[in-house]
Amino acid sequence: MAFSKPLSILRRTRVLEGEIDEFMDNLSQSSLAFKRAVKIFMAEGRSAEFEEKLRQVNTLESRTDDLRRGIERQLYTQTLIPESRGDVLGLLENLDSVLNLFQGALWGFFIEKPDIPEELHGDYEALVEQASSAVEAIVLASRAFFRNVEAVGDHMHKVMFYEKEADKVSTKLKRRIFDSDMDLARKCHLRHFVEMIDNIADRSEDVGDRLAIYTIKRRF
Amino acid sequence: MDVATLFFLSSGLFLGWSLGANDAANVFGTAVGSRMIRFTTAATICSIFVILGAVMSGAGAADTLGRLGAIDTIGGAFMAALSAALSVYLMTKAGLPVSTTQAIVGAIVGWNLFNLTDTDPATLTTILSTWVICPILAAAIAVVLFKLTTWFLRRANFHMLRVDAYTRAALVLAGAFGAYSLGANNIANVMGVFVPSSPFTDFTVLGTASFSSAQQLFLLGALAIAVGVMTYSERVMLTVGGGMLPLSPVAAWVVVMAHSIVLFLFASRGLQAFLIGLNLPTIPLVPVSSSQAVVGAVLGIGLMQGGRAIRWRVVGSVSLGWVFTPLVAGIVCFIGLFFLQNVFGQPV
Repeated sequence: MAFSKPLSILRRTRVLEGEIDEFMDNLSQSSLAFKRAVKIFMAEGRSAEFEEKLRQVNTLESRTDDLRRGIERQLYTQTLIPESRGDVLGLLENLDSVLNLFQGALWGFFIEKPDIPEELHGDYEALVEQASSAVEAIVLASRAFFRNVEAVGDHMHKVMFYEKEADKVSTKLKRRIFDSDMDLARKCHLRHFVEMIDNIADRSEDVGDRLAIYTIKRRF
Repeated sequence: MDVATLFFLSSGLFLGWSLGANDAANVFGTAVGSRMIRFTTAATICSIFVILGAVMSGAGAADTLGRLGAIDTIGGAFMAALSAALSVYLMTKAGLPVSTTQAIVGAIVGWNLFNLTDTDPATLTTILSTWVICPILAAAIAVVLFKLTTWFLRRANFHMLRVDAYTRAALVLAGAFGAYSLGANNIANVMGVFVPSSPFTDFTVLGTASFSSAQQLFLLGALAIAVGVMTYSERVMLTVGGGMLPLSPVAAWVVVMAHSIVLFLFASRGLQAFLIGLNLPTIPLVPVSSSQAVVGAVLGIGLMQGGRAIRWRVVGSVSLGWVFTPLVAGIVCFIGLFFLQNVFGQPV
C-alpha cells in the first residue's frame, strides 16, 4: 500500500513520456507526409493518392491536438515539472502550430489547385525539402530538450541553417515567378504558395528561438 | 504534573512551536514553495520524523547545552526559553532571519551572567566555532553533492518528467531525514534547559524499553514543534525559496540533504562512537542552526555557479541576524530574570 502511490506516479510518468514522444512522432510524420503530398501534387495534381496524404495529415493533426490537450491537462492537474511546465506548454503549442501550417498548406493545394508551371516544380520541391528539414531538426531539438538538454544545441543550428536555405529558395522562386510571362493573378497565387511553405521554416525558427531560452532555463 | 510546572514548561513549548513554524521551512520550504510536494504531506512527514529524531537521538546535543549552563531551577529554565522564544518572535517581526539555536545559547549565557555563574569557555568556544563551521561545512557538502548529482543526471539522460518524479521522491526522503536530524539536533534548544529540573521520572514500558525523563521532555517539545509545523509553517514555507538564490528542484534537494547531513553530524552519538573507535577526531554534539546550514548550502551552490545570481543584500541581513539573535536573547533573559526574581519572587 505504502509503495502503490510512488509506483503509480512512475507509471503515469511513463505514460506521459510516451504521449510526448507520440506528439513528436506525429509532427515528424506530418512533415514527411507533407513532403510526399506536394511531390504527388506536382506529378499528378489532386489525385486520390494526394487526398490520402491530406487525410493522413488531418488525422495526425487531430490526434496531436488531443495529445497536446491531454499532456497540458495532466501537467497542471498533477502539478508536474512546476519549474518548466509553462515552457513545455509553450513548446507544445508552438510545435502544434507548425503542424497546423502543414495542414493549412495541403488544404490550400487541395482547394485552390494552384497551376504550377513544370519548370518551377523543382524549386517548389526544394523549398518543401528545406522547410521539412527545418521541422525535422526542431523535432530532434525538442526531443533532446526532454531527454538530453545538452544536445539541444546540436540540432538547433540546423534549424537556423534550413530556415536560411528556405529563404534563399523562396526568394529565387518568387523572382522566377514574377520574371515570367504569367498573368499577375497567377503570379500572386503562386507567390502565396511560396510564402505558405516558407512560413513553415520561419515558424520552425521561431520555435527554435524559444527553445533556446527554455534550454537556458532548464539547467540543473 | 501540577499546573505551575506546566506553566513553566509553556515557554519551552512556545519556543518549540516557533521552531516548528520557522525551521520546518528549512526542511520542506523549497519543495512546498515550488509545489513539488503538498503542504499536508510535508507537514505530516516533518512532524513524525521530528518527534522520532528528538526522542531517539536528542540527548547528545542537549548534554552540551547543559554544560554551557546547568539551569537548575525551573523558573530560570522558563525565562531562558521564554527570552529565546521572544527573541525569535521579535527578530522575525523585524524581518530578520533567526536561529533558535543562537537564541537559546544567548539566553543561557544571559542566565549565567545574571547568576554570576561562570560560562564554561571550552563549551562556549565549541558552540561558537560550530556557528562558523556549520555553514562552511554545509556549503562544502552542497557543492560536492550538487556536482555528483548533476554529473549523474547528465549521464543518465532521464526524461524531464522522470527527473521530476525522482526529485519528488528524493525530496520526501531528504525531508524525512532533515526532519529527523532537526528533531535530534534542535530539541536541545527547546527542552535542553529544562532537563536538569525535569518534572518527569524515568519509567520502563513492558519491562524492556526504558523511557527517561529527558526523553519524555523531548517528546513533549517535539509535539510542540509538530504543532508549530502543522499550524503555522505553511506561510513560511511558501515564502522560502527564491530568497537568496532561485533554486531548481534538484538544487533544492541538494540544499535539504546538505542541511540534514550537517545537523545529523552534529547530533549523532553513533557516529561519534564510530569515530572514537577508529581513533579519529570527533564532531562535537552541539545544537547547530538549521537556518545557518541552509544558508551555507545555498551560498555554496550560488558561489559554485559564479555567484552572480546571489542576492547579497539578503545574505547581509541573514548575517546581521546571526550577530543580533544571541545578543538580543541574552539581554532579554537577563532583564526577564531580574523581574522574575525581584517582582515575582521566584528562584531563578
